[in-house]
Amino acid sequence: MAAHLKKRVYEEFTKVVQQQEEVTTKKLRLTKPSKSAALHTDLCKAASPADALQYLLQFARKPVEAESVEGVVRILLEHYYKENDPSVRLKIASLLGLLSKTAGFSPDCIMDDAINILQNEKSHQVLAQLLDTLLAIGTKLSENQAIQMRIVDVACKHLTDTSHGVRNKCLQLLGNLGSLEKSVTKDAEGVAVRDVQKIIGDYFSDQDSRVRTAAIKAMLQLHERGLKLHQTIYNQACKLLSDDYEQVRSAAVQLIWVVSQLYPESIVPIPSSNEEIRLVDDAFGKICHMVSDGSWVVRVQAAKLLGSMEQVSSHFLEQTLDKKLMSDLRRKRTAHERAKELYSSGEFSSGRKWGDDAPKEEVDTGAVNLIQSGACGAFVHGLEDEMYEVRIAAVEALCMLAQSSSSFAEKCLDFLVDMFNDEIEEVRLQSIHTMRKISNNITLREDQLDTILGVLEDSSRDIREALHELLCCANVSTKEGIHLALVELLKNLAKYPTDRDSIWKCLKFLGSRHPTLVLPLVPELLSTHPFFDTAEPDMDDPAYIAVLVLIFNAAKSCPTMPALFSDHTFRHYAYLRDSLSHLVPALRLSGRKLVSSAVSPNITPHEDPSHQFLQQSLERVYSLQHLDPQGTQELLEFTIRDLQRLGELQSELAGVADFSAAYLRCQLLLIKALQEKLWNVAAPLYLKQSDLASAAAKQIMEETYKMEFMYSGVENKQVVIIHHMRLQAKALQLIVTARTTRGVDLLFGMCEKFLQEVDFFQRCFIADLPHLQDSFVDKLLDLMPRLITSKPAEVVKILQTMLRQSTFLHLPLPEQIHKASATIIEPAGESDNPLRFTSGLVVALDVDATLEHVQDPQSTVKVQVLYPDGQAQMIHPKPADFRNPGPGRHRLITQVYLSHTAWTEPCQVEVRLLLAYNSNSRIPKSPWMEGGEISTQAETSIEGTIPFSKSVKVYIMPKPTRR
Amino acid sequence: MPEIRVTPLGAGQDVGRSCILVSIGGKNVMLDCGMHMGFNDDRRFPDFSYITRNGRLTDFLDCVIISHFHLDHCGALPYFSEMVGYDGPIYMTHPTQAICPILLEDYRKIAVDKKGEANFFTSQMIKDCMKKVVAVRLHQTVQVDEELQIKAYYAGHVLGAAMFQIKVGSESVVYTGDYNMTPDRHLGAAWIDKCRPNLLITESTYATTIRDSKRCRERDFLKKVHETVERGGKVLIPVFALGRAQELCILLETFWERMNLKAPIYFSTGLTEKANHYYKLFITWTNQKIRKTFVQRNMFEFKHIKAFDRAFADNPGPMVVFATPGMLHAGQSLQIFRKWAGNEKNMVIMPGYCVQGTVGHKILSGQRKLEMEGRQVLEIRMQVEYMSFSAHADAKGIMQLVGQAEPESVLLVHGEAKKMEFLKQKIEQEFRVNCYMPANGETVTLPTSPSIPVGISLGLLKREMAQGLLPDAKKPRLLHGTLIMKDSSFRLVSSEQALKELGLAEHQLRFTCRVHLHDSRKEQETAMRVYSHLKSLLKDHCVQHLPDGSVTVESILIQAAAHSEDPSTRVLLVSWTYQDEELGSYLTSLLKKGLPPAPSGGS
Repeated sequence: MAAHLKKRVYEEFTKVVQQQEEVTTKKLRLTKPSKSAALHTDLCKAASPADALQYLLQFARKPVEAESVEGVVRILLEHYYKENDPSVRLKIASLLGLLSKTAGFSPDCIMDDAINILQNEKSHQVLAQLLDTLLAIGTKLSENQAIQMRIVDVACKHLTDTSHGVRNKCLQLLGNLGSLEKSVTKDAEGVAVRDVQKIIGDYFSDQDSRVRTAAIKAMLQLHERGLKLHQTIYNQACKLLSDDYEQVRSAAVQLIWVVSQLYPESIVPIPSSNEEIRLVDDAFGKICHMVSDGSWVVRVQAAKLLGSMEQVSSHFLEQTLDKKLMSDLRRKRTAHERAKELYSSGEFSSGRKWGDDAPKEEVDTGAVNLIQSGACGAFVHGLEDEMYEVRIAAVEALCMLAQSSSSFAEKCLDFLVDMFNDEIEEVRLQSIHTMRKISNNITLREDQLDTILGVLEDSSRDIREALHELLCCANVSTKEGIHLALVELLKNLAKYPTDRDSIWKCLKFLGSRHPTLVLPLVPELLSTHPFFDTAEPDMDDPAYIAVLVLIFNAAKSCPTMPALFSDHTFRHYAYLRDSLSHLVPALRLSGRKLVSSAVSPNITPHEDPSHQFLQQSLERVYSLQHLDPQGTQELLEFTIRDLQRLGELQSELAGVADFSAAYLRCQLLLIKALQEKLWNVAAPLYLKQSDLASAAAKQIMEETYKMEFMYSGVENKQVVIIHHMRLQAKALQLIVTARTTRGVDLLFGMCEKFLQEVDFFQRCFIADLPHLQDSFVDKLLDLMPRLITSKPAEVVKILQTMLRQSTFLHLPLPEQIHKASATIIEPAGESDNPLRFTSGLVVALDVDATLEHVQDPQSTVKVQVLYPDGQAQMIHPKPADFRNPGPGRHRLITQVYLSHTAWTEPCQVEVRLLLAYNSNSRIPKSPWMEGGEISTQAETSIEGTIPFSKSVKVYIMPKPTRR
Repeated sequence: MPEIRVTPLGAGQDVGRSCILVSIGGKNVMLDCGMHMGFNDDRRFPDFSYITRNGRLTDFLDCVIISHFHLDHCGALPYFSEMVGYDGPIYMTHPTQAICPILLEDYRKIAVDKKGEANFFTSQMIKDCMKKVVAVRLHQTVQVDEELQIKAYYAGHVLGAAMFQIKVGSESVVYTGDYNMTPDRHLGAAWIDKCRPNLLITESTYATTIRDSKRCRERDFLKKVHETVERGGKVLIPVFALGRAQELCILLETFWERMNLKAPIYFSTGLTEKANHYYKLFITWTNQKIRKTFVQRNMFEFKHIKAFDRAFADNPGPMVVFATPGMLHAGQSLQIFRKWAGNEKNMVIMPGYCVQGTVGHKILSGQRKLEMEGRQVLEIRMQVEYMSFSAHADAKGIMQLVGQAEPESVLLVHGEAKKMEFLKQKIEQEFRVNCYMPANGETVTLPTSPSIPVGISLGLLKREMAQGLLPDAKKPRLLHGTLIMKDSSFRLVSSEQALKELGLAEHQLRFTCRVHLHDSRKEQETAMRVYSHLKSLLKDHCVQHLPDGSVTVESILIQAAAHSEDPSTRVLLVSWTYQDEELGSYLTSLLKKGLPPAPSGGS
């Protein structure tokens, strides 16, 4: 009976797996006529247009297979001819467009019909929709020149339509399908190839603003498709800049920008004078003028585009920051100029006197240009704009321009510094980031530094940290500047102690960048005295550590500095070098045994040898396919050890080394498991000893999950190997279970599941199968038909022999691979002061962690809290809690709410970070899963988690609830 | 000839008592009704007797528009409406309507209670006056009567300040009031659409100034205050109760918030509390930031700024105090100043202009010893700073607004004559429009050519549009139709429809012309030759040769006939209808020139 049952199970199973393709195709053939027929009957049934519309809407909800599209299209067209109601015709037309987009369907057959019905159509809306359909067809058949020409002809014919919607669509068609090559052979009928640009250009002066916009957009579309626009368009576009409608102006600005990028060096005349200037300069001036447009949409657009005009002459560029102040017709200096003068004259700011900014020389009234001064003051206006969107765009543009011109960078510095004071935090943050990006080009003056440092007191953590980053790469000109920065940073530290790490890091770079400026400050900073010994400062004071970090980093490239240190400084150095090695560099201190011994030999080995070593040791492993088991095991063990050590030594190779070591470890475990004696003995006797094998299987699974999800930069070819390894582990598991359990029922399920896995593997990696010659899976697939029909015991037997025979697959190394890691900065863990809370209520715990090389942390990183009673809780941080300070780095700042009811004693709670994964999400969506709701659910769910940070213990003390 | 007349009663080449009369399309409008700060006699109010010698103002004026609540724009309103007598509508925005009476009452108190003036308007009069006010919203078109309509635009000068468009038919005037083109901490920038008015009346306070970026000033101000407070000093900021005071409050409030500062900020009470209340209410009139964040927190609900008590001035430790009045000439600000002047750690910041003779002016000009009443000599050790926070558009801003509105001509008011001269020249030069700057009482007359709207039937329009192929904005198009003028409305309809409407029968008018041709051949041949000749010349017309021997070009008929007397001459009969007059006359002139010699070897 049991055997019979089993057989039936497998028979059914066979159907599903083997004949899947066949079944589906059969089904399609069946549904094809029925689908269109059903539609036909539905539409015939429809008593009123409203009914028909309802049917069509319902029909549109379900997808149509490529094979049945044509039939459906015929039905639809048939109805179209009969239909009197324009709204139904409109829906049909839109359906035609949708259907012609279906993959695998070639819409050239409905082309004639579409054009045909287009000619007889009266309703403008339906016309527009039909043109849209043509657009869909045309884009689908983008290689077919003749069809494109026909569509363009149709579009040209309808350009004179009275409805703006139709003209819009025609222009869109022209923009998308207008022929690119000028010298296309003439048609048989002798119709000259139309000059699409000319036709579109004519509609720049259409009476309807929407059509004008569409014309400009079509022109931009032509440009995007690679057609070179004529320079004559420039003048037309310039006229559009004074259009009444903002969409037109906004699009015109774009068009001018495009032309200016195409013909930057051509010469255009300045109206009402004999002079001529480069086109790009002229365009720059015009776009600058648009920065003070009436509509903020246009202003944003203009400000954004300014940033990418790099060919502009510096003379014009610098005008954008100059407003030519005057007061009462006399020239006035800006506050920036005054500040600079004050600084260069060596005077310290004395506070402003009444009339300090009194204007000096008279201005020639004739020479003052109030409007047409081109680029004059564009950025001054942009940065002062009412809308923060414009201000951000202006800051971004400043950033881009400053990166390409250092003289401009110097000039825009004052303006950026002013933006630090904006009322919107986003703008402030953006300007600080901008400043950081251009900081290579500039040196900060003391007064500028002063203003920048003022922002250190900002209550927003993001702003302060951005500022620290800025200071990391800022150039300071004087030693007073360094001192000022240090003082302000210490002030910041006192006010916001949580900034400690960020400040230390900042000082590290500040010190290593300005060793010569720090040198004269050392005695003062360390408060050493030439004659007297001073008191030894407190080693745990963060401020003192900050000062030391600055000094030690400066001393690295300034060998004379250590001479100024006092004894305790050296001791502190040794301590800090050990405890904060990432902040304190190795110093070469002559004659100091104590210290020099601590310094590890700082010979950076050349990258190549170590990389070579890695390659060689891996190759050695792979080449040894048929060594005796003992030798293989040993070799693997050695290689794993080597790789681990290499990863520790060479941080840039750590990812690769760990990754390969993990793979080798899997292999080692597999080999070990297969070496077990249990295989040789009759099954029932070895119930206990199978521990090792099953543990190995489990461990391999874990390792493969880690390999797949904890490393960034893993490519598909590695994923195949990893999955393959996992499959082997599953096979092992199956075998072990088969040997240790007695019941057959359990085995049924496991076998079936395993075979499903194999099938799944085959489906997902069908493209990679040729690379897996001779592997476990290769052999498995060969035997698949046999496996499916055999009994579980037989399956297990086959699997066992195959596992033993299977070769060790070569793991190709990816280019860039990094292991994800996380460090919890906050809570620190060592605190003895318990966090108090009332039991039964909630206490908030601040968590601050840095994540490295985590892809998509918003969805994968979770926080786990382990309560003393073993209860674990997983917390999903909000997407907004993640910040992205740099490439590959993320920062998680969040609050975790802890709560527990039965709790009386102070206890430690463990907090750690988890990486959630779901192996299904990586696999490309299979076609039959498309459209189903199950797939979307499966994607978001979590399959498992990998802990990837050290856990931190937090001491928590409950207060008894007051009754 | 229709015209627009403008007469400034105040603010013509002058600052103060803004009052401008505008006559447009037969309507009379008064823009603003302000007082002059410099005078205490009759000159402080505009001379309303100019408007009408005898007769009621209400009969003469269609409406009064107040641009914002500053006294030099609304100070004379109760006098004008209650004492001179005006009962028509007064238009202003909601915030102006709310704040205006507070300021008027304050003004009245100072004039009557402090200076003891008689014959001044009373509180009741202010109330009665405010009852005549009609409030308008931004961008709302208000129909004053059937023809006159007004519309308010945002001006950004103070809360509720607006620019007004006055429109009668197709003629329009825009009056800016005071406006600001650069946004500040609590208000946005002025904005107007391309309304292309016939005349733009703009203020020109800063006609000859281009200002530095606002951010420098703000940063300087904040830095000074911050440094002083950090030193443990006290900062005194004398302000007037409304307008700049709120801007500075917002500025300091946000700074305190951002920098986590703890030192207290005080605001001397009085007018301010009421005013702040209105600022809280009219959030829609403020700038982007305040508008967007008021759901979380209304920026005018200050967290760090508290009401000031006289006793606080002696408290130890740092503090910042806003006190009225702004020029340190009397009141609380002067009291506090006297208390704090002796300490060099303290600071006073003057955020605005000070009139000569006030303490503010003296200390700003560098005096370090002041003689107070009772022969006391006050030595000033505290730091004195000047910060200019002004909310008028500078020369560039004015030009920007003119550029945005694209007026046909510009008229400058509210500024000094000498400065106006410069701006006038610039506007004329750069926009190529006329610019005027009348003095008080001087009338500017602008002839206008108002366009007359004519309704066209849709059928006719579509028919005509179908004929032309490409749109071309520059070419005028000829259109046949009938203009029907009926009770002051104009309509353009097709002639058939006109005939139908008027119940007239259609008459056809045909022109016939004989052209003598020297040709001895048969009529048929002549017709054939004419046909081929015309066919070759008129390529885009339809030329046909009919079987009866006549030739048609479109609807024009040409027949050849033998001359009764001269056999060697053929007579061509050309006949066309009135509608084809153009083509017909062209054809006759063509035929009169004769036919080309026959290609075949005839005679």
